[in-house]
Amino acid sequence: MSTDAAKTLAVTPPRKRFRTRLLLDLVLIGIGSATFFLFPENLGFVTRVLIMIIFVLSLDLVIGYAGIATLGHAALFGSGAYAAGLFAVYISADPLIGLAIGIIAGAVIAFLSGLILLRAGGLTLLMLSIAIAQILQEIANKERPLTGGSDGLLGIDMDPIFGIFAFDFFGRTGFWYVFVILVMVFFLLKLVVASPFGLAARGIHESPARMRAIGTPVYWRLVGIYTLAGAIAGIAGALSAQVTELVSLEALGFTLSAEALIMLILGGTGRLYGAIFGTVIFMSVHHWAASIDPFNWLFVIGGLVLVVVYFVPEGLLGLPAKLRQWLRAGR
Amino acid sequence: MPTKTNEPILSLRGIHAGYGDTQILNDISLEVEKGERLAIVGRNGVGKSTLLNTIMGLTDMHSGSIEFRGDALHSLPSHKRALSGLGLVPQTRDIFATLSVEENLLAGLKGNGGIEQGFAMFPRLKERRKNSGAQLSGGEQQMLSIARTLMGKPELLMLDEPMEGLAPVICDMLMDVLEQLAADGAHTIILVEQHTELALQFSDRMMILDGGEIVFLGATDEVQANPQILERHVGLGLTET
Repeated sequence: MSTDAAKTLAVTPPRKRFRTRLLLDLVLIGIGSATFFLFPENLGFVTRVLIMIIFVLSLDLVIGYAGIATLGHAALFGSGAYAAGLFAVYISADPLIGLAIGIIAGAVIAFLSGLILLRAGGLTLLMLSIAIAQILQEIANKERPLTGGSDGLLGIDMDPIFGIFAFDFFGRTGFWYVFVILVMVFFLLKLVVASPFGLAARGIHESPARMRAIGTPVYWRLVGIYTLAGAIAGIAGALSAQVTELVSLEALGFTLSAEALIMLILGGTGRLYGAIFGTVIFMSVHHWAASIDPFNWLFVIGGLVLVVVYFVPEGLLGLPAKLRQWLRAGR
Repeated sequence: MPTKTNEPILSLRGIHAGYGDTQILNDISLEVEKGERLAIVGRNGVGKSTLLNTIMGLTDMHSGSIEFRGDALHSLPSHKRALSGLGLVPQTRDIFATLSVEENLLAGLKGNGGIEQGFAMFPRLKERRKNSGAQLSGGEQQMLSIARTLMGKPELLMLDEPMEGLAPVICDMLMDVLEQLAADGAHTIILVEQHTELALQFSDRMMILDGGEIVFLGATDEVQANPQILERHVGLGLTET
């Protein structure tokens, strides 16, 4: 009877849980808005953090929810960045149309590469994901007349948003532009991960064979998730191109993919809030450590990752629960 | 006992299957009628689970054919077999541990209708709807596994040792649910079961596997009349009642 012994476990009532999460979201939006006033001299950095949050949210959808191992997510970010940048230089400098182009570019590259990548698994998948990013980076490098090669794509000069809000030197418009898009992406992803589509992703992460056996076309569902993540990474890339008015080869680089993964692991995978906390902590520590020692800041990040992975493998989002557990064990 | 027809819903012909190059099933041929209750028994490792997994497309089939409602099934991937009306409750239950009960059911939901049907069948799950799969007892996980499979509205329901490791009271409850499902004739049920007496009590026909081959296939009444059949092939007798 032991296996069937009733385990009475307390569950927070749904309405209370909804209210708590809504409150948390409002607090996060409040804190995000407050950074505009708290760091008026550092809006460029804060905006970069917001863009990276969008990128890491996209990575969380792929790794944390669907369990697709990748070290080439920058391919999707860079595609969005180059597409939006080239569009602004050669066709139209309208930010919203450029953003749509970035979304499409990220989604198309994700769909096409996903068709190949998602037939593989494990180390093969990991290596293929790196290879695809490297190929795209090499193309961007070789097409120097178009992309600027290793000098980066220059000459991006965005029109005002809606023809009203011009991008300014202090980055005020850029901040609010990115912030509003981030809030929209975050709530969109909340809906997605709670939808049958998102549940299927989590189910596939746990047991692809079981999902197949209950009627889910696993391969195509993964391609769909990867394409959606590509669109979101494309948003981050396009925003980066528009706000910084530069696209460099690093937008497709391995370092960006690896850093985004570290941010996600720091915060905690499979939880959207983890992507937010991880990115803020990584980039803040990076900013602070690099200002003290521009050459050896990686030691601090490395140490932080080691501590988190060893003591709180669920990520910093799991720290409160871990602390409670340690306190109980200490009594 | 109700409602089986003479119309075959599932036909297996000359199935040889296994995992990779390892062959486990040898020349399995079988017809299952619509509304029938078929029990499959046999010792451990004789290929009972492999047979269900092969029907579901989860093994490597080396030769043979599978038809479901007259349509060839053997070339379809497993998700299309599920969508065409097959449902498998696996021995391992395979509950999604990080998803809540409600989310597990939603993940399996196909077509019209909602998850309330599952809760009507297993009211215990409704009480646990917000608990994660990992927080359920073995019996509750089995209820969830069956309910999740039923969310796909299968016509042919295959259950792989659903009573394994469960308390008698839970087994009785699950048997009642299987009786309800079979009673209207809308579900054809294949039950792999180690408890031969439960299998006999539930089924119209019994199939005994040994060494990946069918060594007996006949009416349950025949087995009850000749318990030596079980003794000979499974090494078990029936308890006098």
